[in-house]
Amino acid sequence: MSILVNKNTRVMCQGFTGSQGTFHSEQAIQYGTKMVGGVTPGKGGQTHLDLPVFDTVREAYEETQADASVIYVPAPFCKESILEAADAGIKLIVCITEGIPTLDMLLAKERCDQIGARLIGPNCPGVITPGECKIGIMPGHIHLPGKVGIVSRSGTLTYEAVKQTTDHGFGQSSCVGIGGDPIPGSNFIDILEMYEADDQTEAIVMIGEIGGTAEEEAAGYIKTNVSKPVVAYIAGVTAPPGKRMGHAGAIISGGKGTADEKFEALNDAGVKTVRSLAEIGAGLSEITGW
Amino acid sequence: MNLHEYQAKQLFAEYGLPVSLGIAADTAKAAGEATTELGGSKWVVKAQVHAGGRGKAGGVALVESAKEAEEFAAKWLGNNLVTYQTDANGQPVNKILVEPCIDIKEELYLGAVVDRASRRIVFMASIEGGVEIEKVAAETPEKILKATIDPMIGATAYQGRDLAFRLGLSGDLVKQFTQLFLGLAKLFVELDLSLLEINPLVVTDSGNIHCLDGKINVDGNALYRLPKLKSMHDPSQEDEREAKAAEWDLNYVALDGNIGCMVNGAGLAMGTMDIVKLYGGSPANFLDVGGGATKERVSEAFKLILSDRSVSAVLVNIFGGIVRCDLIAEGVLGAVEDVGVDVPVVVRLEGNNAEIGKEVLEKSSLNIITANSLADAAERVVEAAGGMK
Repeated sequence: MSILVNKNTRVMCQGFTGSQGTFHSEQAIQYGTKMVGGVTPGKGGQTHLDLPVFDTVREAYEETQADASVIYVPAPFCKESILEAADAGIKLIVCITEGIPTLDMLLAKERCDQIGARLIGPNCPGVITPGECKIGIMPGHIHLPGKVGIVSRSGTLTYEAVKQTTDHGFGQSSCVGIGGDPIPGSNFIDILEMYEADDQTEAIVMIGEIGGTAEEEAAGYIKTNVSKPVVAYIAGVTAPPGKRMGHAGAIISGGKGTADEKFEALNDAGVKTVRSLAEIGAGLSEITGW
Repeated sequence: MNLHEYQAKQLFAEYGLPVSLGIAADTAKAAGEATTELGGSKWVVKAQVHAGGRGKAGGVALVESAKEAEEFAAKWLGNNLVTYQTDANGQPVNKILVEPCIDIKEELYLGAVVDRASRRIVFMASIEGGVEIEKVAAETPEKILKATIDPMIGATAYQGRDLAFRLGLSGDLVKQFTQLFLGLAKLFVELDLSLLEINPLVVTDSGNIHCLDGKINVDGNALYRLPKLKSMHDPSQEDEREAKAAEWDLNYVALDGNIGCMVNGAGLAMGTMDIVKLYGGSPANFLDVGGGATKERVSEAFKLILSDRSVSAVLVNIFGGIVRCDLIAEGVLGAVEDVGVDVPVVVRLEGNNAEIGKEVLEKSSLNIITANSLADAAERVVEAAGGMK
């Protein structure tokens, strides 16, 4: 097994005919993802990448029975897109777009929770189950089907972890980018819970960064609920306080959310932490004996 | 995006909230004239910078004549104010806010933020207003009262009353506080704030609630729908190179080390700074060229790094997901040829077309060191920059 997506997952795309939607849908199809169509309001009835285009998500869902929708629409329209997907009955919504206003996400996340839709992102690379289904912008070729579950707040840092687990021959069960925004659709705990329950996942890599307290909360959860070995890395040890490091999430303020605090909380939970980004693979070897 | 106090107060006034109608002066003469225009016999003059701790740093004063106001303004305008919240250079003062003096009976604290953990806007209030609020929050968190706003419902009057009564207010003050609370909640949502703070919020001798200070941070992602707030942006409060970087959609933060870093992705950029430090080096900057780095942006980013005279070596770390490494390599070469480089450049390319990218670099006659792994790159750049610091 794997988490969230597999070879049977039927995927649709919102913002399908735009440049991002087109490029990444092509890549997904090449990777073997079961793409079933997409939505661009006003272009319903057309065919794009040999797949049907619909005007609304409701229509797309009725016609294609999509399990998941990936969103590439521009930030000002993402709140609407997420709400539309949730209301149409889509169970897994993956929002790649960055730069969505925080207050839009407060509402979108609240609504998804009410309806029971799983939201991943925004501002994230997406979700992949290697060899089966790729939803998002991650380069498919660096992945290898295997036994490590990866969850990360940062895109390119995820790729580093993927590369190292591939180079070591461990491979990945699934990889989830939860995104670097202040209000993510899913947090570390949501994904850790899935990896703990997943047979294929034998160890977990968690990649966090400074700002907020999501890593500390995850540490508390791991301590009592996760039996599988976990390796963690936190980016931003050298970031000066009060400075914004690109991701909305990566701000340290009031002495809270520093990398050192996060490392300490994770160590206390029995997690193997690595101080160097280059040692994620070695850290896994050490705690698993692989 | 931060606003100045005088801008925040303008917004408060537009929402009908109790603030002094002050005058923001940009010359010493105008500051003196402001006292006459406002009338009265005592005024508060406040240097306008994007930082807290102004009072303790001498950036706020009580004056009793137009001349004193002028003198204060002449002292600060065009100079930098250094507070515990700024860096060693401080922030430039371009405006002085002149306000009538208010009699203070009690100092309260009122603030609001988007709380990540509860995924709600949370209001915080305390009877311990004033400069020590951070200490109060750290040492006696029970003295910080909270009201959590449901995003579907919005702020309600009973939440305002509840805070007011718990603050020990009574009579008409409860009504005034509740109105203020509802007004601020409306402002917070309508103007896409990420932080709002009034410290102190005062009760005057005549028994009125009054916002003595105002600090506002606007969600930068929402500025596209807030043209008026966008026009309040004050670039003088930002680092020059950071502002230049923003024009090219580059995330740049200047630091005080000597190793320039150019990376794609904010997380990887931080991770790269960390590993440079781990190998004994000191990063000169944080620079994220974005997930979709192009040749042009890489080239601009490179020039930006080199404009920092303290840089003695550069590390380029690119994990090409979608972006092609050979294009990145060409961008680096283009920049190096354009501006001329006299410091060593260590390049680590990984992912999409990495091999072709490396070849492009190796074939060039420029002083470029290619690295085989992240650890290798960090080690080489620290060595190239003159070893451990």
